[in-house]
Amino acid sequence: MPDIPKSEAETLVRVRGLLSQFGDNVVHKDLDFRVQRGEIVGLVGGSGTGKSVLLNTILGLKDPEDGTIDFFGRDRTSLTDEELSTIDTQVGVLFQGGALFSSLSVRENVMAPMREHTDLPIPLMRELADMKINLVGLSPHAATLMPADLSGGMKKRAGLARALALDPEMLFLDEPTAGLDPVGANEFDRLILDLRAAMNLTVLMVTHDLDSLYAICDRVAVLFDKKIGITGDLATVSSYDHPWVQEYFNGPRSRAATDSKARSQDGAVAADDSNRHSDASIGTA
Amino acid sequence: MSRRISPLVSNMSNLVSPQFSTTRDGARMTVRGGGDWVIHSITSVDADVCSGMNLESVTHIDYDLRKIGRLDTSGAYILTRALKDRDVQYSVLGTDGQASLIDTALKAQMGTAPPRQRQWFDTLDRLGRGSTRVWKETVATLSFLGHFTTEVAKLALSPQRIRWKSVIAQIEKVGLDAAPIIMTLSFFIGAVIAFMGAELLANFGAQVFMVDLVGITVLREFAVLITAIILAGRSASAFAAQLGAMKMRQEIDAMEVIGLDAYRTLVIPRAFACFVAAPILTFLAMMSGIFGGMLVAWLGPTDITPVLFFSRLQEVVTPNNFWVGIVKAPVFALFIAVIGCRQGMAVEGSVTSLGTRTTASVVQAIFAVIVMDAIFAILFLLMGV
Repeated sequence: MPDIPKSEAETLVRVRGLLSQFGDNVVHKDLDFRVQRGEIVGLVGGSGTGKSVLLNTILGLKDPEDGTIDFFGRDRTSLTDEELSTIDTQVGVLFQGGALFSSLSVRENVMAPMREHTDLPIPLMRELADMKINLVGLSPHAATLMPADLSGGMKKRAGLARALALDPEMLFLDEPTAGLDPVGANEFDRLILDLRAAMNLTVLMVTHDLDSLYAICDRVAVLFDKKIGITGDLATVSSYDHPWVQEYFNGPRSRAATDSKARSQDGAVAADDSNRHSDASIGTA
Repeated sequence: MSRRISPLVSNMSNLVSPQFSTTRDGARMTVRGGGDWVIHSITSVDADVCSGMNLESVTHIDYDLRKIGRLDTSGAYILTRALKDRDVQYSVLGTDGQASLIDTALKAQMGTAPPRQRQWFDTLDRLGRGSTRVWKETVATLSFLGHFTTEVAKLALSPQRIRWKSVIAQIEKVGLDAAPIIMTLSFFIGAVIAFMGAELLANFGAQVFMVDLVGITVLREFAVLITAIILAGRSASAFAAQLGAMKMRQEIDAMEVIGLDAYRTLVIPRAFACFVAAPILTFLAMMSGIFGGMLVAWLGPTDITPVLFFSRLQEVVTPNNFWVGIVKAPVFALFIAVIGCRQGMAVEGSVTSLGTRTTASVVQAIFAVIVMDAIFAILFLLMGV
């Protein structure tokens, strides 16, 4: 393997001086952000602060108005089509609704990236797809179903299986637990931790789910005032003096999540499902 | 914990092709691997592993992975595939990351998905399903029409509940916007009939009868058919797609919950718009069709002047022909609108069903128009008009 300075190799995503705007509406200005190999980073922020825009910009779905995006140590704009295609194989994305191809069965969905990027024989692809489907906790029977026949939680799992099809180094998750019931959300959190342990994944997740943040994120980045206002571990971020940050991390919902975190001693996944329920009931009260 | 770190993705082409060997010592097998075992490199070693790992009477496997560079779940899957459904112990000699990958891959192999069956009677099965579907579709369309009629009757009793704004907007989309294309097409149809008639009738020295031909065919059939077909293609498909997308996004469910009747708010304005627009469009189509025929008669080989053309037209083509054509238009239009809306409401969650239903709306609408036209022809024949 060629010698590459360690620090460069360890930074998978690096955003510098990003400017995003739609017409006169400036969403990001001078935004800096980086993701190191092996971490699970949670990206939070109020509605309309441009979490999804940032994610899309990093993924190359949207061109930045200004600034540079380094992806796997290379400036995105300097990459050739071939290199971009290679990077595609190293990145898995789970979109909010799963974004499964509705004309393909779950198994074919998982096989789609393999067909595009590998020369595996079809029967082996099928077996690998079945393994991935198993890996994300879907029953073998689900492989033959069409996306329209799946529940919301199953769609997310199937989407994750597709994101993992090529054993990517990095995973992008857009609100992975939104729309899942508390039990399902906990299971999903645990699944991501397990997969990280097994596959040495780097994860960037956009989330609103405080339980997820407490359960699995190594680092949290908060978007406000058009940039990443504060980033660090939860203790640092939650004590930061900014109205939105305080409201978010020290509101009633947060306290419930902190309690559940305190109760699960080892700091792994907060498996206390009842707590999510109580959390939800606070929200509706 | 870890797999060797691959610094940059660009070195993916520098993968070392995987090596594989086994040794056997009684009931104990040692599997040695080398090179990179990742999804992009395992094709070459797949067959070797399949044939090399004969686990007959093996009870324990030692995986020696120390020479393996990169390993992912796909590589681990290939290595562990033979262990599935067997009572074999295993141990891993290698990094923790490798061991956890092997564990993960093994755990993820419980149970196989049933393959999709293709049986010899599949064709018959599809034929049967297709036939019952035709029947079900017919019943569903008719019951939709029934529901529609009762809603119309209710609205007729309280006309202030009709959504006039929506009706007018739809008339613009369905009628006004379609007028240019319908008139153009009808113009050409009239011209073509005149041409063919002139050529054919010249054999008998009876060119002047082409006026009868153009007048009668355009007024009775072509104008209204062109209008109906364009309506089916433009509006039935648009209704199906609009209502279908609303159904998919639960807008229609939301309307039901709020207490807005989907028929009253969506279907009836569209049907009413078609009902009003179709006769007007048909009239326009008639005019431009006859104009096309007249131009050909005048400028073409027959040399019939416009004055002669219209006096002949007045003489032989009775107003009955006009009424036969125009009376069919609103009936066709109602069926087209109802079929389009019904297909839209029948859309389910998937994108595929939206496409299928949109196609079905056009096909069924044109089918219904042709069938009804035949029924009308018989009816008018019996009535002697």
